[in-house]
Amino acid sequence: MEILMCVAVGILFAVAVFLILSRSLLRIVLGMSILTHGVHLLLITMSRLKTGAPPLLGELAERYVDPLPQALILTSIVINFGLTAFFFVLSYRSYLKLKTDDMEEVRGRPYE
Amino acid sequence: MNNLVVFPILLPLVTGVLALLFFRRVHIQRVVSVIGLLLTAAASTVLITQVTHSGIQTLNMGGWEPPYGIVLVADMVSALLVVAASIIALACLLYAFRSVNKEREEHHFYPFFHFLIAGVNGSFLTGDLFNLFVCFELMLISSYALIVLGGTERQLRETIKYVLINIVSSALFVASIGFLYSITGTLNMADLSNRIAEVGQSGVITLIAVLFLIVFSIKAGLFLFFWLSGSYAAPPAVVTALFAGLLTKVGLYAIVRTFTLIFYHDPDFFHALIGWMAGATMVLGVIGAISYRDVNKILIYNVIAGVGFVAFGMAAASRSALEGLLFYMLHDMLIKTLLFLLGGALIAVAGTSKLENMGGLIHRYPLLGWMFFISALALAGIPPFSGFPGKLLLFEGGLQAGLYGLTGIAVLSSLLMLYSVLRIFIQAFWGEPPAGAVRRPYAVNGLLIPAGILFVFIIAMGVGAEGMFQLTSRAGDILLHPNVYIDAVLKE
Repeated sequence: MEILMCVAVGILFAVAVFLILSRSLLRIVLGMSILTHGVHLLLITMSRLKTGAPPLLGELAERYVDPLPQALILTSIVINFGLTAFFFVLSYRSYLKLKTDDMEEVRGRPYE
Repeated sequence: MNNLVVFPILLPLVTGVLALLFFRRVHIQRVVSVIGLLLTAAASTVLITQVTHSGIQTLNMGGWEPPYGIVLVADMVSALLVVAASIIALACLLYAFRSVNKEREEHHFYPFFHFLIAGVNGSFLTGDLFNLFVCFELMLISSYALIVLGGTERQLRETIKYVLINIVSSALFVASIGFLYSITGTLNMADLSNRIAEVGQSGVITLIAVLFLIVFSIKAGLFLFFWLSGSYAAPPAVVTALFAGLLTKVGLYAIVRTFTLIFYHDPDFFHALIGWMAGATMVLGVIGAISYRDVNKILIYNVIAGVGFVAFGMAAASRSALEGLLFYMLHDMLIKTLLFLLGGALIAVAGTSKLENMGGLIHRYPLLGWMFFISALALAGIPPFSGFPGKLLLFEGGLQAGLYGLTGIAVLSSLLMLYSVLRIFIQAFWGEPPAGAVRRPYAVNGLLIPAGILFVFIIAMGVGAEGMFQLTSRAGDILLHPNVYIDAVLKE
């Protein structure tokens, strides 16, 4: 199971890098979102996957899942939500102002 | 256990929320902001006296004993940096009253300002790697908002790059935390240090350490500073001053903390690596500083060169280098903020940031001119100002560690830094005003009062270097002997 998840994380990272390196601003935002999701998947894989066990630190539990990575992912997801929303608004505003969503055209002006 | 440790984080957060509630009433926001920051400064001063008298202060959040819960740690290193951050924040706030327009003030300038301070103080005080990430994000999200506030074409363009770089590096940060957790099973920095000492620094841990170095270097602008010159030039002067004083230093603090506390078992490799990066940063930063003809750009490349200096101390890592590193870092925070505040005033009175369109300002603004001149001397480390003792210790430490080439680069680049800033002084303040320039008088004295606060500290740090040495040498002790920190955190 861990191997499978690692492959999935790798694919997500590759897709994200491909999207972030593209020229369209919308694709870049999506790529950034996918990148952070890949990171979340990586976090949960790092604590070993045990299907069916509850995330408890009970005293007599025979099998339990480490709860800490889940707490970390929850925090990270919330931050990612905020950032994605902010980035979308930023992209929209800059599209209105700069009249383009092509990163090649979003360069500095010579007079700066 | 000491509840005081949380106050430098809590007070700016509360102040930010209060300022958010009064967002239409700028006057109330201003009063609340000043009171909040004064309280923060007072809390951090009390904190540093407690650390001086009774050693490292810790606070286990929610009563969870380390290594399970989140722990806040105030040792001499973080306490000194928190005090410096409060001073800088206060100066920038007073400067903002005079320089930020009403529209920005009404659109939540002050709340984001305080949240940024909370994030910075949190990053300095936390003793937990994931909490460090959260504080980084708090600081970065506020900085995204501050950098784009105003929404000019240039700000939008630079913010896209700035946000993207920081999101990618934050994702890498979480990924490296995940890797480290899978190997050690803990995130508490003191406990991490113990566990890595037990299993030894294997190849995997070295790899993770390099990942952390990449992440923190992007944030600090150490070698990977390609994003910095554009984004720092976009927002108003006071925001750039705040960023120059605080943001890169938080990245540097993270490098210093992780590589003296957690990954200190393979010093040859890491110190060589950081040494190369420091050398490249100093050289490239200085080249940028002397090649531009624009006040903002020159000062921004000086920030990059300053980052190289701190990293140079980390690479040498002898006793006096680590003491000098901290002394220099405190000086660097204050002087870079001061230079950007004065540079902002200079651009405001000249109406342009281009050096060739300036000249002869000393007759009309003598106080600004001489303050700028003295700050330039302090930047380069001319005694009796604050740059001298830190640089002296850094050079001494570099020579002790046998890094002759790197020390040579550092000496040369500090001379070129002086040249680059003095050129601003010569071209803007001496000579004749350019032909055809229509000048209206500008009331600059309101901007010089907050700069004067920092100015007093610059001189006090230089003249009172003896007293500062006592503090920084205790901080150097902690950096040299990680066991002091570990024992203090895990004792109870």
